[in-house]
Amino acid sequence: MIAARGLGRSFGAKHVLRDLDLDVAERDLLLVTGPNGSGKSTLLALCAGLLVPTQGELEVKADRSRIGYLAHEPLVYRELTALENLDLYGRLYRVPERRERIGMLLERYGLWEARRDRVAAFSRGMQQRLALCRALLHEPDLLLLDEPFAGLDEEGAELLDAELGALAGTRTLVLATHDPARVASLATGRLALA
Amino acid sequence: MTYLADVGTLARKDLLLELRARDTVPAMLLFVVSTLVVFNFALPAGASAEAAYGLLWGALVFTAILGLTRAFAAEREQRVLDGLVLAPCDRSAIWFGKGIAVVAFLALAEVVALPAFALFFEPVSWELVAAVALASVGFAAVGTLLAAMAAASRARELLLPLLFLPLVIPIVVGGVGASIGDDPGRYLGFLALYDLIFAILSWASFEYVVTE
Repeated sequence: MIAARGLGRSFGAKHVLRDLDLDVAERDLLLVTGPNGSGKSTLLALCAGLLVPTQGELEVKADRSRIGYLAHEPLVYRELTALENLDLYGRLYRVPERRERIGMLLERYGLWEARRDRVAAFSRGMQQRLALCRALLHEPDLLLLDEPFAGLDEEGAELLDAELGALAGTRTLVLATHDPARVASLATGRLALA
Repeated sequence: MTYLADVGTLARKDLLLELRARDTVPAMLLFVVSTLVVFNFALPAGASAEAAYGLLWGALVFTAILGLTRAFAAEREQRVLDGLVLAPCDRSAIWFGKGIAVVAFLALAEVVALPAFALFFEPVSWELVAAVALASVGFAAVGTLLAAMAAASRARELLLPLLFLPLVIPIVVGGVGASIGDDPGRYLGFLALYDLIFAILSWASFEYVVTE
């Protein structure tokens, strides 16, 4: 699904990623670890197509419509409600049975009651739950998750554990985290960035 | 049809955001009316109609800049543009949808500005209305592209006017010409041609602006 050869990315004079070789097969779960600034988020942004490599080659065998991307920011509008945000993305991704899918995700992530509230009024944890709903909305084949547990309370983290357990082995996942122990049992590979 | 549906979805979202936040249109309305009031006192008694039309076009250009500065504010705040860029729709639909919203905001400002202009200065002719309508499309076409470029920059407040003003000089020439010239049809045709050319250029190049 993902193949990188000599992959590098620099921002001006600063090299964030350098000479990275990587192979992620379909339905693998790659765990990406490393300290702050080691290039975890950059690697995921490269895989998503948001950044272009400045060195080497990167091949991602998934169409844009089949990639789900969870970034540091929730990538949703603060002045729209949870429902409106998901409806917007659902339309753009042409999600079949959009309303049912949105309702199911909001219910599963405990946001149904707050569905008509503006995101600006959401806590960090609720925003992260909504971001997960957004990333999963179109049932992507390749899921790129950057610190998915960030901001989640224990209940939210357990929900995500269950979601990842269900997705592992059926989708390709690349997951960057500072807490690898949480998903270590699901991982089929591990990449430690320095 | 799918493309137009995406454009409609994105334009509707921008209009809804403004309806909720109300941080762009009220500022544009206040700015354009205040500017015309200031010009009313600044213009000496007995000044020509030509001068008044020139000032109107100046006010409209700066009102457009004010609106365009905020055009991608919501996308910038939470990096939502990344989410839109990743969506499988044609990326030019983002420009198109935003452009429609910008035209709507400009139209609201002009609905207030033109009667105010008639009150303080000169009567409003149909040629002026047509020129303002065509100019709004041009402002939106060029401005939306430049606002997206500027949004990625740290010096966005400086960059947008610096890029926008030189590119809209032809609109001002056409607008003033249609307002006071002997042959307004020729200037209106010029504005329409400008809109067409710059809409095509902006539409085609937007993808390269929002991706690396």
